Amino acid sequence: MYPKIPLTVNGQKQEIEADPEMPLLWALRDIMDIKGPKFGCGIAACGACTVLIDGEAVRSCSQPVGEVEGEITTIEGISQGDELHAVQQAWMKHSVPQCGYCQSGQIMAAVALLEENPDPTDEDISDAMTNLCRCGTYPKIKAAIKDAAQTLGA
Amino acid sequence: MSRLGKYTRRAFLGLGVAAAGGLAVGFYFYQKPYANPLDAKKAEGETPFNPYVMIDEDNTITIIAPRAEMGQGVHTTLAALVAEELEVPLEQVVVEHGPSSPAYFNAAMLEESTPFPFYDESVLAELARGSMKIVAKFLGLNMTGGSSSTTDAFVKMREAGYAAKFVLLKAAAEHFGTSEDNLTLADGTITDKASGKSVTYGELASKAVAVSPPSEMKLKKASDWKILGKSQKRVELKDKVTGGRIFSIDVQLPNILYGTVKMAPRKGVSLKSYDKTATLAIPGVKDVVEIRTITGEGLGVVADNTWAAFKGAEALQIEWDDPLSLQNSDQMWSALESALTQEATFELGGTGSDAEVFTSIPESEAVSAQYRVPFLAHATMEPMNATAQHDESTIRVWTGTQAPGLIQSVVSSHFDMDSADIDVTTTCLGGGFGRRLEVDFALYAAVIAKTTAPNPVKVTWTREEDTQHDTYRPMAIGQFKGQVTPDGTLKTMDMQVASPSIIQSVMPRIFPGISPAGPDNTVLDGAFNQPLDVENIRCQAHVADLQVPIGFWRSVGNSVNGFFHESFMDEAAHKAGKDPLEFRLAHLTSDEFRPAREALKHVAEMSGWGTPLPAGKGRGIAHVLSFGTWTAQVVQVDVTDNTVTIEEVWAVADPGIVLDPGIFKDQIMSGINFGLSQALGQEITWVDGEVEQANFDTFDAMRMYQAPKITIELLENSPRMGGAGEPGTPPSAPALANAIFAATGKRIRQMPLSNEIDFI
Repeated sequence: MYPKIPLTVNGQKQEIEADPEMPLLWALRDIMDIKGPKFGCGIAACGACTVLIDGEAVRSCSQPVGEVEGEITTIEGISQGDELHAVQQAWMKHSVPQCGYCQSGQIMAAVALLEENPDPTDEDISDAMTNLCRCGTYPKIKAAIKDAAQTLGA
Repeated sequence: MSRLGKYTRRAFLGLGVAAAGGLAVGFYFYQKPYANPLDAKKAEGETPFNPYVMIDEDNTITIIAPRAEMGQGVHTTLAALVAEELEVPLEQVVVEHGPSSPAYFNAAMLEESTPFPFYDESVLAELARGSMKIVAKFLGLNMTGGSSSTTDAFVKMREAGYAAKFVLLKAAAEHFGTSEDNLTLADGTITDKASGKSVTYGELASKAVAVSPPSEMKLKKASDWKILGKSQKRVELKDKVTGGRIFSIDVQLPNILYGTVKMAPRKGVSLKSYDKTATLAIPGVKDVVEIRTITGEGLGVVADNTWAAFKGAEALQIEWDDPLSLQNSDQMWSALESALTQEATFELGGTGSDAEVFTSIPESEAVSAQYRVPFLAHATMEPMNATAQHDESTIRVWTGTQAPGLIQSVVSSHFDMDSADIDVTTTCLGGGFGRRLEVDFALYAAVIAKTTAPNPVKVTWTREEDTQHDTYRPMAIGQFKGQVTPDGTLKTMDMQVASPSIIQSVMPRIFPGISPAGPDNTVLDGAFNQPLDVENIRCQAHVADLQVPIGFWRSVGNSVNGFFHESFMDEAAHKAGKDPLEFRLAHLTSDEFRPAREALKHVAEMSGWGTPLPAGKGRGIAHVLSFGTWTAQVVQVDVTDNTVTIEEVWAVADPGIVLDPGIFKDQIMSGINFGLSQALGQEITWVDGEVEQANFDTFDAMRMYQAPKITIELLENSPRMGGAGEPGTPPSAPALANAIFAATGKRIRQMPLSNEIDFI
């Protein structure tokens, strides 16, 4: 009874049957079993659900799945096989996560930031990184982004 | 008098057989039979046993860390305790939470819940701590909270590691036909120095089981530690940067259904009538289920995806029956104000001075202030959720919980089952902060799952439901009065605190059969038990039931009274015409307060305390002893155009022993930002019996652009070991308020500070 919606997720083309109004987050989590993007608020206020659509950070909890145009990348799609993305490596090096729940979204927001601005200042980072972290890991997130910028720019 | 309770921990160390003929080392408890959680065959007369380390024949070394990993790094630190004695690197071990079992009770958590200050070593205090240990065991409190996990585990997990090493060495000596002196241990293998041949722990496991465990524990000296005392990589780090499926919201099972709840505004309000027509018309919605439990009433919606369940819940038309008299925040403040005028419910600590001393302070020497803090939600990043599944004889629950034993207890009571038939799998927690000590989210999932059996159902709360159905940090009023003599000495300090009691709120929804006895020290924590040399001290509680479910919020009473006490010390210093640091040090002269003095002096040095600042900037200082850790902080603010920027925070914490400096500092950093977040705008208010705030647009927390630079140093002067998870929180808010006063002369006495001054 639902229409078929074609999607490309992490390089894989697929079709799902879903209400086109369903937020992309729930299509990913409950229909496609992709659990990296997390549910935090449902109103695009916290960023735990951040994914990339054609490289841009999008809060998937407020993006109707039927209106997605472009390729979707979740945290599951940013590493190359066993080799983690430079942002993930920086997150490991700085031991950023505490509870870890918001970090998929933080990492995706950071990946998008560095693609647009390879050498962000502290202020650029504060402006771009609006995701909520209740463990208050912000100082480490900032340090890890600067580290990743160096690695990617090298 | 014999020391009550010591015997509960003097259970003897023993060995058992792990899967595939391996070795399991842990404690046998000879007092009360707790079923062996890892042994399916409960043989008659067998001694209960809880293993902490298991070595399989293939040399897989598994460490059971029976505490919730909610970001505080506890799995890493608990595993490190075993690994240190067992001589294996952390990378070589697998860490598991393990099953829910009373055998993993947490004695240290309740030990600090007694009405005696942490530094009180008197016989009475020791006795009370001991008796609380018995309570912890009696209730089977396999809990994570009170910053108590490492304190509880510090001896018993190292002993488990030592015992394993002991029997493995004996087995190796027999294997090589040599003496233990000729053997070396490293990386999970034992080598015979003479022949150069090696054997793995796993290969020795079956032989080691037959060796008698050690009668004497010869734990390594701290100076010999290779792992403890050094920063370790968190064992779950990689999962947390790769989107690992480690949280309960990520649980996936065959034929799983999805649900949510719409509960009555609070416990005490009942479900009167409802219309589910619109809900059932939503595509994907399968059912609407009534929920009537000890923690609350409401409806559950079952659907084939979470979003449909959310839409279905929104479409429900429900009428509640609300008999509660306090409907608005104004009424609740009035109730607290009224309680303050009544005789105190109880008092703790203090100097026992005559009441007249406190009522006869000369007006010219008096300093008096009233402080207020609101209800606060925990707002964990991961909203409350649990997955449950019934079969004929068992209820399985998968959830992120700080108290799997309580879930067993409450769910089994609800269904009139044996608690052993409730199987709880504890996942990683997307934030806990005390919220996940509650059982409501698991209980509702279990109730809904009864109707979906045999299929499991994952029940996820919306953020709105989570914010509006929390067990809140209590609102409270602190009426403080002091006498400052002409020479600038604080001679008298009177602390009157009006607040609901957390324990009185928690007990009926978790242990309905047990009535809480004695004073609830959480009402006065952070006030009565602070290091302070003042001639006359009185600390009294005025308990008032505000009909709102309240619970444990990171640092509990210390988050309330830390703000009151440390704001007041600043006001008293101002009255005395003294520098706030000098004033504090002058009232911390006793020997046992040395950790506070050192922490304050050190943080002053780090922050450049006393050096001039440009106009519009100010520094504030505070010290709170909580959960055994002495924590001093300096906050520096800039106030431009009546708008505050929190520029920098310096913190010094002294937990006596630091097991992992990296993780410990992370916890202090997190605690500081958690504490500051409340000042930036957090409050839960009630209108017409409902919470006004709903999502992060109305109950937010600190964001990156507001986050200060933070510098932390650790000291080890304290004679006893303290916790990490909470002590960073209490001093941050008063230090901030004191900094704003220093910068502007404006004294803000109520939270959130943002009601009286803007923040960026």
